[in-house]
Amino acid sequence: MTAKVVTITSGKGGVGKTTSVANIAVALAARGQKVTCIDGDIGLRNLDVVLGLENRIVYDLVDVVEGRCRLRQAMIRDKRLPELYLIPAAQTRDKSAVSPSDMINLCNELRSEVDWILIDSPAGIERGFKNSIAAADKVLVMTNPEISAVRDADRVIGLLDAEEKGPASLVINRLNPALIKRGDMLSVDDVLDLLAIDLIGIVPEDENVLVASNRGQPLVLDSKNRAGQAFENIARRLLGEQVPFMDLDAPGLWQRLLGRK
Amino acid sequence: MNLFGRKKSAYNAKERLQLVLIHDRTDLNPGELEALKDDLIVTISRHVDIEPSGVVINVAQDGRSQRLVADIPLRSANRRRR
Repeated sequence: MTAKVVTITSGKGGVGKTTSVANIAVALAARGQKVTCIDGDIGLRNLDVVLGLENRIVYDLVDVVEGRCRLRQAMIRDKRLPELYLIPAAQTRDKSAVSPSDMINLCNELRSEVDWILIDSPAGIERGFKNSIAAADKVLVMTNPEISAVRDADRVIGLLDAEEKGPASLVINRLNPALIKRGDMLSVDDVLDLLAIDLIGIVPEDENVLVASNRGQPLVLDSKNRAGQAFENIARRLLGEQVPFMDLDAPGLWQRLLGRK
Repeated sequence: MNLFGRKKSAYNAKERLQLVLIHDRTDLNPGELEALKDDLIVTISRHVDIEPSGVVINVAQDGRSQRLVADIPLRSANRRRR
């Protein structure tokens, strides 16, 4: 096996990176892929709680880098799926505890053991971001259809080009079809016009995202909600499938069953 | 546009972002663009007779790359001879 290293980043915080990493990882693992996620947000770890693995942490990323444990010991296996692992971030350290070359070495060691390494980048463009993209073969830039998130995404896309990590692919999260129709939210086409990069995913706003993270149960595990499907589509596109983009106006299954749009 | 002639807010967002992104990407603010325009007028006037008030300089976008586009009207040579 030679893993592909995919980093998800955004510039602005709170656009949904951690949720995406969790869901794309689960969707890939559910398709029989061997997946390891790495939480790159040292000092502010969250991927563990979104995945529901917070009670099983013994060692973390910084323990591996500083030689207190072997890589394998820091990989928490998600028991819901055959081959999904998490390497959590350290919570009591800061970004400077890890360097870009540490990340490259760690990923190189992992590459022969898994199919995918997904790295959850912290917000910002400083050390944590640089660590997270150092080993990346592919970078997904995430944004919301919102003016500050789009501006920050553009900045990150420029930095990725400069670091020769481009071309990045774009994920637009939290699209609200009703607001777009009313003319009060940037549409997918608007954002693509502005950022001028390839699109790999569009995810509608969905309250199930909140419910899923409350429970520590990634959305795609109990499918049939729109956001879960959208993340699954991203995973399939990463696997090379041609998946048409979701029609945001079509009501989801539950909305249809409940008779509301 | 709605009934009251106000543009929808998504339109405002896109228009504002277009300008902001040009400046973010090129590190060129409106003041510098004006200074560049003045220098350009002086330099070009040394070689050819131009209409300074008609000079327009803009940053145009082509995907993720930008180009500086200058529109410089020339004064007709015929008119000058008269």
